[in-house]
Amino acid sequence: MAPQDLNKGSDVEPPAVRLAGPPRPAPTANPPKKGAGPAASIIFDLEKLEVFYGAFRAVREVTMQIFKNEITAFIGPSGCGKTTVLRCFNRMHDVTPGARVAGGLRYHTADLYGPRVSATEVRRRIGMVFQKPNPFPKSIYENVAFGLRSKGIRSKDDLDGIVEKSLRSAALWEEVKDRLRASALGLSGGQQQRLCIARTIAVGPEVVLMDEPCSALDPVATARIEELMRDLKSNFTIVIVTHNMQQAARVSDRTAFFTTEVDATFGRRTGTLVEYDETNRIFSNPHDERTENYITGRFG
Amino acid sequence: MTAGELVAAIVAPPDLSAKRSWRSTKSGAMTCLMFASVVAVVLPLVAVLWAVFSRGLRVALHGFPAFFIDEIPVVARRPGPGMGPAILGTLLSTGAATLIALPLGVAGAVYLHEYGRTNRFSRLVRFMSNVMTGVPSIVMGLFIYITWTLRFGYSAFGGALALACLMLPVVIGATEQMLKLVPDHLREASYAVGTSKSRTIMAVVLPAAAPGIVSGALLAVARAAGETAPLLFAVGAATAYNPNLFVEANTALSIQIFGNATSSFVGAQDRAWGAALTLVLLTFLITLVARFVTARFARRR
Repeated sequence: MAPQDLNKGSDVEPPAVRLAGPPRPAPTANPPKKGAGPAASIIFDLEKLEVFYGAFRAVREVTMQIFKNEITAFIGPSGCGKTTVLRCFNRMHDVTPGARVAGGLRYHTADLYGPRVSATEVRRRIGMVFQKPNPFPKSIYENVAFGLRSKGIRSKDDLDGIVEKSLRSAALWEEVKDRLRASALGLSGGQQQRLCIARTIAVGPEVVLMDEPCSALDPVATARIEELMRDLKSNFTIVIVTHNMQQAARVSDRTAFFTTEVDATFGRRTGTLVEYDETNRIFSNPHDERTENYITGRFG
Repeated sequence: MTAGELVAAIVAPPDLSAKRSWRSTKSGAMTCLMFASVVAVVLPLVAVLWAVFSRGLRVALHGFPAFFIDEIPVVARRPGPGMGPAILGTLLSTGAATLIALPLGVAGAVYLHEYGRTNRFSRLVRFMSNVMTGVPSIVMGLFIYITWTLRFGYSAFGGALALACLMLPVVIGATEQMLKLVPDHLREASYAVGTSKSRTIMAVVLPAAAPGIVSGALLAVARAAGETAPLLFAVGAATAYNPNLFVEANTALSIQIFGNATSSFVGAQDRAWGAALTLVLLTFLITLVARFVTARFARRR
């Protein structure tokens, strides 16, 4: 699949994915291989991606590729830019005043920051689960149905079906099926986070971004979310930011290690990608000394 | 010291009893002072309510419900009911004022907080709105008198315009405060499932802020219901029912209180107390509704 720049020839429809129109099935030209492999199709292609907050460069030149139906983990110390990079993927920086993204970021072959790309359309394909469970102060049912209603789905039968399917996928259905009309805020923290996952997958995204989804949860709830992530992998591509190295080792196929370094131009600490490889190699035989120091607990 | 005494000394329980000290004395004095302040706050309220109820209740309940229904006597010295037209007039002008000020104010606050944020225009509007809060109500009445009443004559609608001008900055301020309290993570959660900004505001932000907006707005309504000065200019002082919002002089409870209480006839003075009681009950009712609505919203969460 040849990458295509939407910035040029803006009259030409990009062949693979149209971000401004109604959803279309994702391309299946390269059937994904289970696990990591050279033939696995590329979901995100980052080339020298940089993020600025005002004049401050928060992340420097990240070049990497994220593959379909894999779990990719971002690890690294605080302030290393892993969440910042994650929020580029569904254009969450659009709502942060002063934030600016530079460099190349393609989703399949479409330029995510192209001029005609609608952030709303991007976010229907690339969902996000946040650090703190953040259900709406509405009923459990309405939480899951929210994105569907935004999409324009009105039929009650359709909504009921997708809500049930999403809650089942998020391993929450059995716990809440008798109280769908009850407030989502009455659920436990772990249940709320699974509800947020159900809400995210209800709109049928291709990618689920997770920003430290377990950092507010106890070990039992964390184990359930991790199990869920492994189940979801067959249908979704998952990118997870985590502070917990064991978690990255347990669930992810590939791991990217970020760290901070002093930016010569600005004299402030900037995040940078140190090493990106298959998870077992990152944890058993890292190439970079900084990665080794971090995973062995010598710093960070 | 024997071994027994030694053990007793070691295991003696620690002395946890309260000790007299300057600090505890000061604490006691302050508690008394605060209790006295509460009494000082409640006392005027009780006194006002006592005055209104003791003089107004007899008038209002005499031949119930005549006082709340009958028309106002044209001849002020004639004793007896009623205040019906004034109740209707108050409901008309405050109702219309709410219909004007609430949508405008909420929409304005949504612009200020969700779109304009800190740009030059919204800073200017916010400043003007704060200034408007401080404009005396009689000045607002005067403004409506020269811009509206002189051209179109007395009507409840003129009063509604004046009251709306008074309510608008209050509604804007209360709504913006409530929007500020809606956590950003709710907005992000909505954006993250591919929801547009406008729908995020309509379906997430406003419902989350609704209880606060409603109670803020209803407090503004209750305040407006008691306003006298702007109505004196714009509404007139009719004695008969006038259900038409837009034409002919109307009246209001506050106008009738003012007119009748300053009269030298006992019958008129009695009617003023009755009207005062009615107004207190009306604002009390509005506040109750505000509480009820807030609770309904809160339960749905």
